[in-house]
Amino acid sequence: MEDSGYARTRRTLFSSARLLSVLNLDGPLLVGLSLLAIYGLAILYSASGQSIDTVVRTVMRLALGTAAMLALTHASPNFLRRISPWLYLLGVVLLVVVEVTGVIGKGAQRWLNLGLFKFQPSEIMKLAVPMLAAWYLHDRPLPPDWRSLLVLAVIIFLPAGLVAMQPDLGTAALIVASGALLVLMAGLSMRIVFALVLAGAGAGVLGWHFLHDYQRARVLTFLNTQTDPLGAGYHIIQSQIALGSGGVFGKGWMNGSQAQLEFLPERSTDFIFAVVGEEFGLVGLVGLMALYLFIVARSVWLATQTNDTYSRLLALCLALTFFVYVFINAGMVSGLLPVVGVPLPLVSYGGTSVVTLLAGSGVLMGLYSHRKLIGT
Amino acid sequence: MVSRVRIKDQWNEQRIFSQRTLGAMLVIGVLVLALLARLSYLQVVRHDYYVELSQGNRVRLDPIPASRGLIMDRNGNVLANNEPAYQLELIREQVPDLDDTLKRLGALGLIDPEEIEDTRRVIFSRRSFDSVPVRLRLTDDEIGRFAVHRYEFPGVDLATRQTRHYPYGELAVHALGYVSAISEQDLERIDRASYAGTTLIGKLGVESAFEPQLHGHNGFRQILVNAQGRSVQRQGAYAPVLHSQPPTAGDDLVLSIDLATQQAAENGLGDHRGAVVAIDPNNGDVLALASMPGFDPSEFARGISRSEYAALSDNEDKPLLNRALRGTYPSGSTIKPVIALAALTYHLVDPAKPEFCGGVFHLPGSSLLFREGKTGRHGWLDLTHAIAKSCDVYFYGLASTVGAERIAAFMAPFGYGELTGIDISGEKPGLLPSPEWKKHAFKRPQDQVWFPGETVNFGVGQGYLLVTPLQLAHVASVIAGRGKSFRPRLVTGVRDLRGQISPIAPVADPPIQGVSAADWDIAINGMMGAATYGTAAAISKGATYQIAGKTGTAQVFTVSRSERLTQKVAERLKDHAWFIAFAPAEAPRIAVAVLVENGGFGASAAAPIARKVMDAYLLRQNTPNAETAIPESEAAD
Repeated sequence: MEDSGYARTRRTLFSSARLLSVLNLDGPLLVGLSLLAIYGLAILYSASGQSIDTVVRTVMRLALGTAAMLALTHASPNFLRRISPWLYLLGVVLLVVVEVTGVIGKGAQRWLNLGLFKFQPSEIMKLAVPMLAAWYLHDRPLPPDWRSLLVLAVIIFLPAGLVAMQPDLGTAALIVASGALLVLMAGLSMRIVFALVLAGAGAGVLGWHFLHDYQRARVLTFLNTQTDPLGAGYHIIQSQIALGSGGVFGKGWMNGSQAQLEFLPERSTDFIFAVVGEEFGLVGLVGLMALYLFIVARSVWLATQTNDTYSRLLALCLALTFFVYVFINAGMVSGLLPVVGVPLPLVSYGGTSVVTLLAGSGVLMGLYSHRKLIGT
Repeated sequence: MVSRVRIKDQWNEQRIFSQRTLGAMLVIGVLVLALLARLSYLQVVRHDYYVELSQGNRVRLDPIPASRGLIMDRNGNVLANNEPAYQLELIREQVPDLDDTLKRLGALGLIDPEEIEDTRRVIFSRRSFDSVPVRLRLTDDEIGRFAVHRYEFPGVDLATRQTRHYPYGELAVHALGYVSAISEQDLERIDRASYAGTTLIGKLGVESAFEPQLHGHNGFRQILVNAQGRSVQRQGAYAPVLHSQPPTAGDDLVLSIDLATQQAAENGLGDHRGAVVAIDPNNGDVLALASMPGFDPSEFARGISRSEYAALSDNEDKPLLNRALRGTYPSGSTIKPVIALAALTYHLVDPAKPEFCGGVFHLPGSSLLFREGKTGRHGWLDLTHAIAKSCDVYFYGLASTVGAERIAAFMAPFGYGELTGIDISGEKPGLLPSPEWKKHAFKRPQDQVWFPGETVNFGVGQGYLLVTPLQLAHVASVIAGRGKSFRPRLVTGVRDLRGQISPIAPVADPPIQGVSAADWDIAINGMMGAATYGTAAAISKGATYQIAGKTGTAQVFTVSRSERLTQKVAERLKDHAWFIAFAPAEAPRIAVAVLVENGGFGASAAAPIARKVMDAYLLRQNTPNAETAIPESEAAD
């Protein structure tokens, strides 16, 4: 009995491993993502005020993302590299279309209605920018020379500028971040990095004049929460109350007064991190962070196993971008960073980010599983 | 050239890549540590602070007003209690068609059709889920009318709130005072927190003076509110434990007032304007405190309208004036026993030596003549008879012998010109004149001189002297107690929630010094004479106890001294009638002062009322009232 039970377990494990490898999936990363998705759904159910509808819609998005992931794992690095320019071009065209319809519709326009579901073209750019940058650097010497850096700057800032004009500062910043990370990983000289940081500070002072009022208010509010407790500061104050009152062990699932009584704004979207902190406490947040770190670490490990420039740069960039998302959201909710509209990966409700993130993971797993097919 | 670079690249790239990956992991580690530090700060270090903020966010306190303490007379008859009053309230979000609803309420006569616009504005100034009163003070008839049509008015309902009720209506209103809406001035002197939810506060009388005891402590109920401020029972699965604290009702007050005596006083005054104060000389208990006309205190508790208030305040009979405490009048002849005591104490009179009354007094060294009052000429009489028959001529002489300064000095300990210190506010001190006083009271030097003629008038209680009925009742109790007296008081005990009465000890006034027992006998004999064979002989008819009394007539209109008042004067210019008395004379249990405005002669207008009051108190109770305070009054001696 015991023997056959052991054998069966072994057989099951063996066959699942074989199934995973057939599907080009990475077991640990898949487990990490699945746990995160389940944790996220539990939180979302509470944060949305026990809305089954919200949970169902998120499950559908997860399914869509998983489908994208499964499809992309089969794409070879060569194929991805070949389509990179075309994907980028498509993204830029869609951004322009959105910009034009936005001008016609008078107001912020980020969505493209595809009938079946709404689609945010800026999400494509989160993948397409690092892909094109990696494509550009693939057959050029590293670290990149000045001319390459100039081209990369155009690749990064053209779509970022378009997104910023929507205006969606958060996504624009993320696009810049993903592009910049890739250039950094490509061996950008640290002297240039410092120079850029200085230049960036100068540009920030200048850029202040081009910010929209509400964007300026957000920055100001971050610098001093108490200036406008019922306006822009309200988000930060309420999210800190939610976190702080949660304490070490939290108030319990569906028992967070800040979240349940709607004192916490955007509780199921950008500020869902505060709901975790209120209902599950520091313990819940550490658990969540551990899951994220595991996913990031596994992704980085996968990236290190690839052996061509395109794969390495893209895979590492995807892994680090994932962490950047987490850190910006958590930093914003806990008051370390200004309030920018960045969702918490795989947990926040809505948007196309769930699909993009899972698609990115698919790309990453695909790059890893196709690593031996590459010759130099 | 291109391939040369490429070959070098592979190795170099690998190195760059490893370095940068390591660096990135390092940065990630630092950032995660920073985040964890921040979260620990918020969730561990500042946890208590944020818990408090989150509590404040979601929990509101809903006050539960405490029920106001009862007021009872000395025998436990309830003089003030609480009754529910009905009002119509509306919750906007539950009303299908607000305009139509208001119109139909108007058609039923439940709200004034002309006020619909104002009502609408009030409703929209509140939140849609607030219950807004649209009509206060519903009558029984209106309650019935609404009850029949209630099903036609979703979102509209009757609400009750506690309001003050006075079962005996106007009885003793000037002693009890009343309750009314909390005013701006009230807000300055009360603790706002403990009055949250309370709408009424004591004004005047016992209701005001004992407000802290009567009010009690409001309770509260924690209610859960969401970010919009709407009260919610629970939100989804979220239903926390909420606390509440029941209110503590106010303490009950036991008054010294005796219901039957009070009723006798008010019935005795009837339609007259005037006041009656009766005091137990043994402890200062105010047995009756009446000022007529009165008013219905319930109107104030319900919310008096502007026109109703104007009707009260503009009434020429001044029903709002507390004549017992705030009405000041010349004392008239009621002063004579005190003048006699002054002369006796200073040894300036031989009480047995008769003086002749020819109806006129010649002030020595002056051409002024002072005439006897209505009683004509008395012939020869001694001091006792002079008091009994209220001989003005005798006292003109006595006063000028003693002198104004000594009279004033002697009278002061009786409480003339001073507050009696009764335990409710609003009392007036009256005025005890003296040459010294006159120097300060007038601006022009020629007015600052005290004339000998003013001393003569002082002897019969005319001129500058002003007293309140309460003061004279107190004077009567001082004489009754042969110099010993107590501070008048209305509240004798406070009954807490468990029914335990904490008695309030009577406060003894400093006794009158230097008056011998024989001197007190002479003054009291004179007053007994007044009530048996003197000016007020009629009141002792049929009395089973010995009364000591003194009539008085206070001039309203000072006629020229040399001129007899013969012409008929208007009712309002008639003299005020006074009577002070105590009984039984040998062991007094009640001292009374009666004032009847424009009553004319004291004996006929005021004395019969005093008799009724004394009968009501003395004949019904053969033993002293079994108040716990009485033994303590003896201890206080």
